[in-house]
Amino acid sequence: MSKSYRDGLPLSAREFIDQLLRFRRGSISRRHFLGVTGLGAATAVLAGEFGLKPMPAFAAGELGDRMSIATWPNYHDPQTFVDFTTKTGVAIEVNVFGSNEEMLAKLQAGGSGWSLFVPTNYTISTYRQLDLIDPLDLAKLPNYDAAAQNKRFTAEGEVAGVLCAVPKNWGTTGFAVNTKKLTAPMDSWKSFFDVAMTTGSGRSMVHDYQLTTIGNALKYYGYSFNSLKPDELAKAEELLLKVKPHLFAISSDYQPAMRSGDAWLTMCWTNDGAQLHRDIPEINYVLGKEGGEIWTDFYAIPKDAPNKPAAYALLNHLMDPKVAVKEHIANGAPSTDARVNALLPKDLLDNPILYPAADLLAPLEFGAAATLTDPNRAELMARFKSA
Amino acid sequence: MSSAARKRLVTALLLAPAAVWLFLFLVLPFAAIVVFSLGERAPAGGYAPALTLAQYANLPARATAFWNTLVLAPAGALACLLIAYPVAYYLALKVLPQRRLLLVALIVIPFWTSLLIRTYAWMYILGARGIPAFLELVGLPEMRFINTPGAVLLGIVYGYLPLMILPIYISLERLDRRLLEASADLGATPFSTFFSVTLRLSLPGMMTGFSLVLILLLGEYLIPTLLGGGKVFFIGNALVDLFLQSRNWPFGSAIAVALVAITVVLLLAANRLTARLSGARQVDLL
Repeated sequence: MSKSYRDGLPLSAREFIDQLLRFRRGSISRRHFLGVTGLGAATAVLAGEFGLKPMPAFAAGELGDRMSIATWPNYHDPQTFVDFTTKTGVAIEVNVFGSNEEMLAKLQAGGSGWSLFVPTNYTISTYRQLDLIDPLDLAKLPNYDAAAQNKRFTAEGEVAGVLCAVPKNWGTTGFAVNTKKLTAPMDSWKSFFDVAMTTGSGRSMVHDYQLTTIGNALKYYGYSFNSLKPDELAKAEELLLKVKPHLFAISSDYQPAMRSGDAWLTMCWTNDGAQLHRDIPEINYVLGKEGGEIWTDFYAIPKDAPNKPAAYALLNHLMDPKVAVKEHIANGAPSTDARVNALLPKDLLDNPILYPAADLLAPLEFGAAATLTDPNRAELMARFKSA
Repeated sequence: MSSAARKRLVTALLLAPAAVWLFLFLVLPFAAIVVFSLGERAPAGGYAPALTLAQYANLPARATAFWNTLVLAPAGALACLLIAYPVAYYLALKVLPQRRLLLVALIVIPFWTSLLIRTYAWMYILGARGIPAFLELVGLPEMRFINTPGAVLLGIVYGYLPLMILPIYISLERLDRRLLEASADLGATPFSTFFSVTLRLSLPGMMTGFSLVLILLLGEYLIPTLLGGGKVFFIGNALVDLFLQSRNWPFGSAIAVALVAITVVLLLAANRLTARLSGARQVDLL
């Protein structure tokens, strides 16, 4: 008897097609179809992986068995969540977002299902004004220590004297440049856009984000990052339209292209810059000497959070300096918390990407709420992208 | 109960689930979009009630995106059609019957994976470490494929080809072979038999496939974003930005209503055209 690789298969190709067609004709049940083809088992395995199966409960299920958070790409030490799930039995579903507007839109539409999320400083007053976030109950966050926080970064977590958000980390918006490919020294937004149109043509990226893309184009002329003045915005638009044919992409997901070598120059946030530089030393992170953006990301709890007890438990876990320190090492953003800075390895504290020199920090501006929600800037961005 | 009344009752009962479904998930949401499109953007984004046509008056602000879509969507559907037809023809008329099911399955099975994942895979295939790296290895100069209109077209054809192949395949498979023999008996060359018999009789399948792909492409935003690097801006991308970025829901709603209107007009025109070309026979598009 001849041996064939088919002998060990649970189902031959012919039988599979027969079952498929019977299923499509409706003569067998879905359960039977999934059973005979093995797809049911595959689905069950995936469901287990993604936390759809019940997890062991903690403290008689007080915290529930799952929660969902909305955050940024490459922003956490995955071990943080694994540890939390091991400790509490609460499985965490992580939703990754590309922009604050997108987060705001999802929360505004309702039913996001998030119990915790990570908004940036300039959105918090808007969330509060739209009554989308809860004031925080510090009694449930014993690990948070207001006295240890650097006030420059935490002020916007309070809206009209009510604490609505506590900081995750701060950072800056500069640009990342592959110095092997672009050898001329760069130190300003002027050089960023000029190189993008010349030696970096076809290899440069800007964010798919009006706040930073327009803000940095404004800095090219030395205007405020937050400018809403029509004549200044017109100049920025002119520059962006001029640079567009030279761009590799308009995208906030720039790490893959920088790592693969598709792109050599991109607008970049601190944490991405630190990660890129750590793995590929020739990629440098540069702050424009004209200034630009400085930001703080906060943790906040949505008003319609389905699992507030778990949200407080996770937030308290994240505020534990011993946990936070691992988060900072993983995502490469600097901390607002003196207790965490005390625990950080020296090479991170001395890393100029994370903790830039004071003279580079001084001209940086926090993005303003009005900058984010300004309809004229939104239309400018749409014209830039469709040009 | 009279038999006529009974017949009407049965018809009504059979149609009820679909009618309820369509009312809840098509008519009501569309009504909401129309209401939104007459409103104003709230200061911090979202919707504020109003009764104004200002959003519609503002439609020219997205003229470029409309234009890109109205050029690239039919072009993409046409490219799909030209590639799909020979495949469907081969499957329906040329292949050994015992292999046919397997080949049809091979066309359908990739559809079981999410379009997002398949498109993401193309990002790496076309990216610097994919095909360009291979081409450099064999001594060709450095080339770039990702984030070009060509990459978007490739992604569109790859993503939607099965939707074009299947309707054409079905219309060709049902083709009465005796007509082809009759045509040959009457002295037609294979070439003219193809054009005056096969092609004409498969026209409904072609139009179904074309309309299916066209409708999906008119709302496409994923492929231009991932394979076009955000530089190829479809109306679908404008919609996503208006709802998720600038949160101008009323303007987004007005664009959505305009897009639905354009789709309906295009479909009616396609329907007319098919009816005329296939000789006034009744043709059901979808």
